[in-house]
Amino acid sequence: MQTKRTVFHSRVLPYFLLAPQLAVTLVFFLWPAAQAIWQSFLRQDPFGLRNTFVWFQNYTRLFNDPDYLNSLGVTFVFSVGVTVLSMSLSLLFAVCVSRVLRSARFYTTLLVWPYAVAPAASGLLWWFMFNPSVGIIPYLLTFLGYTWNHRLHPNDAMVLIIIAAAWKQISYNFLFFVAGLQSVPQSLTEAAAIDGAGPVKRFWTVIFPLLSPTTFFLVVINITYAMFDTFPIVDATTSGGPSQSTNILVYKVYADGFIGLNLGPSAAQSVILMLIVVLLTIVQFRWIERKVQY
Amino acid sequence: MFKKLSMAAVAVALSATSSLAATEVTWWHAMGGELGKKLEEIANKFNESQSDYKVVPVFKGTYPETLTAAIAAFRAGQQPAIVQVFEVGTGTMMAAKGAVYPVYKLMADNKEPWDPKTFLAPVTGYYSDTEGNILSMPFNSSTPILYYNKDVFKKAGLDPEVAPKTWAEVASFGKKVVDAGAAPCGFTISYAATWVGLENYSAIEDLPFGTLQNGFGGLKTEFKFNGPAQAAFWDNLKKWQDEKVFKYGGPGGGADTAPMFYAQQCAIYMGSSASRAGVINNAKGFQVGFGQLPYDDTVTKEPKNSIIGGATLWVLNGQKNPDVYKGAAKFFTYLSKPEIQADWHQFTGYLPITNAAYEFGQKQGYYEKNPGSDIAIRQITRGTPSDNSKGVRFGNLTQIRDLIDQQFEAVLSGSKTGQQALDDAAKAGNAILREFEAANSN
Repeated sequence: MQTKRTVFHSRVLPYFLLAPQLAVTLVFFLWPAAQAIWQSFLRQDPFGLRNTFVWFQNYTRLFNDPDYLNSLGVTFVFSVGVTVLSMSLSLLFAVCVSRVLRSARFYTTLLVWPYAVAPAASGLLWWFMFNPSVGIIPYLLTFLGYTWNHRLHPNDAMVLIIIAAAWKQISYNFLFFVAGLQSVPQSLTEAAAIDGAGPVKRFWTVIFPLLSPTTFFLVVINITYAMFDTFPIVDATTSGGPSQSTNILVYKVYADGFIGLNLGPSAAQSVILMLIVVLLTIVQFRWIERKVQY
Repeated sequence: MFKKLSMAAVAVALSATSSLAATEVTWWHAMGGELGKKLEEIANKFNESQSDYKVVPVFKGTYPETLTAAIAAFRAGQQPAIVQVFEVGTGTMMAAKGAVYPVYKLMADNKEPWDPKTFLAPVTGYYSDTEGNILSMPFNSSTPILYYNKDVFKKAGLDPEVAPKTWAEVASFGKKVVDAGAAPCGFTISYAATWVGLENYSAIEDLPFGTLQNGFGGLKTEFKFNGPAQAAFWDNLKKWQDEKVFKYGGPGGGADTAPMFYAQQCAIYMGSSASRAGVINNAKGFQVGFGQLPYDDTVTKEPKNSIIGGATLWVLNGQKNPDVYKGAAKFFTYLSKPEIQADWHQFTGYLPITNAAYEFGQKQGYYEKNPGSDIAIRQITRGTPSDNSKGVRFGNLTQIRDLIDQQFEAVLSGSKTGQQALDDAAKAGNAILREFEAANSN
């Protein structure tokens, strides 16, 4: 196979051409990351007037801190909840849309809209709808005999942020599923239909397995989203409460570092988050890149 | 047309250069809405009163956001000259010795008049170091008071002119309101778990909040707020919540508390005296009554003074131009003038900071014309302050308040008793205090 190759005669030129990208990476990614790692080994007063190098003390404290372990558990429940809910709903919508002939495009457009809403705005939206005093949903729930109060009940709060975060991600997943469904060859489903397989059977035995690369890709993307991009939603709806029941890892970094001004432990937490991102990236590159060529 | 426009441009350019000649004193603050407008008006008046200095107020968001922004700016060497820091951040600011230019020193260095005795005693007590020097300029201090809905009281068969005095009365009045169907909830509290429900509760009942005079004596302080009285009080709040007499409005300031009072859902609201203007404006269709924050008659018969909240102005070190500090000192002198103080106090409901401003208001007859406006002052100057009622001073108190809120929520949801929750809060809070002590003492 022939690939296009440019041969540079000067040794300097290629580096020069790469320089802007490298500079951006260095200034906006590597430098702050290095700072975070350095700070995670320090004990510092908020103003940065006194520093003590404390080795791994910030880390050992974290893993002995029940609040941090709780936050890990909360994050796990939350990201699994968001991923399962948003992916199953968007798969359902995608399948529905792909079966509609005439107005498919219209539905697609409508379903993509939520993605354009800023997370903070969507958080506020849900906060308003679920507000225990003035919200419409708690009001409707009282007719079913349920008193909704995410200020007091940890489960209500968790359900609220899962719904709010999943709602936002449905559009994204939907687009990928629609594209994935379009790439399933018509001939396969037709052949299955001739063999007597009903729509449900066709879906689970033919279409769903062929969608697996898309599904796998989306699982990684959704977990990443739930873990790192949901800060505004938590901030606008529950602020991590009640009693830390929605204090996901990213929110805890913010609460400890920016509100609590406890910089060392907060930096240690962000380094751990960084390691999780690295892990997720490796998973994505190693498996997805390979499996796409089925 | 073109001529007119270019003339205007020249005029703008001229006015810009004339203001450039004045030394700019940046002032970061956290006063939004009406309060922010009033604050800018004060700065403008100061700027018009002289031509050497120009105070530039910049709104930086909530109190925690303003503090965080100022600290980040300090670390980057871009700090403002003056920053407004809420009382919860006092411990953090006092420990940051290299970052802060103490106001008593600023005034002395710049030969501005300065006498701590002119300020109200509880205010100076709160913001002084152990030697009695005032470290930051008192600006907006408030204390929680009780607001109630007179019409709902009437409907429930209560005397609309009598505010409940004790927590037991608050509960029984609330129960009457709910039983009579006058409102679905008896009372709601902002800062239910912190400023009102623990810090002021402990102060008024003369119970220690922490060792070493509630933290005034040094960084080695430990929390003592998990006493039996406070625990019983939290259990009572839970009980009252179950009886629908009390309704929780969220952590921190309680975003839902004031709206529930305005919507006549709750008959009584406990909140900052600085909410007075807002309460009066928002109380559509009903009469508002005022009262002092209740005390617990099972614990004390002689309630102490309540403690203050609000914010002070801190001057930060490291301005390159020494004239900036001169300007800041001049501005502080201007701020302490009785008529400026009285205007700010009467417009906002914050306490008058100086005795002169209080007397100024008395002479104007302001307190007679506006019933309820002096409740906060009388409440804060009541009795002789003890070590337990002088205030609270702890490092990282913002974070500690968050975790007290969380423990309170655990009580309200029924997963912990008051004693368990307060014990856990004290334990976690002490760990934060030790960390703060370690970070600030080497």
